[in-house]
Amino acid sequence: MMPEEFESVYQVLGKDFSNAGKVSTSIKDTLKRMGINPSVVRRVAIVSYEAEMNLVMYATRGKMALSVSRDAVTLKVDDEGPGIPDVSLALQEGYSTATPEMREMGFGAGMGLPNMRRNADEFDISSEVGRGTRLFIRVQQAA
Amino acid sequence: MASMTGLKAFTIADVRDLLGAEVLNGDDLSIKFTAVGAADLLSDVLATSKSGTLLLTGLVSTQVIRTAIVADLCGVVFVRGKKPGEDILSLAKEAKIPVLATPLKMYEAAGRLYMAISGNR
Repeated sequence: MMPEEFESVYQVLGKDFSNAGKVSTSIKDTLKRMGINPSVVRRVAIVSYEAEMNLVMYATRGKMALSVSRDAVTLKVDDEGPGIPDVSLALQEGYSTATPEMREMGFGAGMGLPNMRRNADEFDISSEVGRGTRLFIRVQQAA
Repeated sequence: MASMTGLKAFTIADVRDLLGAEVLNGDDLSIKFTAVGAADLLSDVLATSKSGTLLLTGLVSTQVIRTAIVADLCGVVFVRGKKPGEDILSLAKEAKIPVLATPLKMYEAAGRLYMAISGNR
């Protein structure tokens, strides 16, 4: 039986490459156990994983807050990091500032933010250079 | 990511035989997949794959397995004779993701699967 409201906050450390992706697999498990529609679970997991990889690759630290209500799954991501000077550029598919190390792991193709936006019903990003980046993602649960 | 979908059901055991692959993880070789994709960029896999896809990749990293978990992939084939390390295999075991390794290059591995599968349509 799914609870009315569920909230959980996960901490992510920058440059912690060996644990990168753990939070997202745990979020996926949690949603699956709640009996949420598999395609919603998959979309949230993909958004969460891209966000988590961005945190690990670029930020010093950050937190990811998952909340589940009757009609939607919401993910709020808040990091302390370099920020993004030109958000609209970063949202373009293929635009990337990744290092060779990031590319070796299979990321940094300039698809992270576009992937997140594609899988979200609502997507919002704000960023301040030298401070950090905030993301808001909402995935609707089918009525 | 190149991919094909809507296939007749092929199993992990079929892939092992077609690619001369070694099974490094997976107890149940009768698992069926419904799509095949070939990519080294994980964001491309996340962007374009469907659940139940078998992934061919030349990228060896724990992130490949995490991507398989997140995107509901049915298995991973490492190409070009690459062998994943213990960290990768133990994560795959934990997540019950079948893992195979073939000496074939990506192009030939994908080609053999394409031939076999399209010939069986």
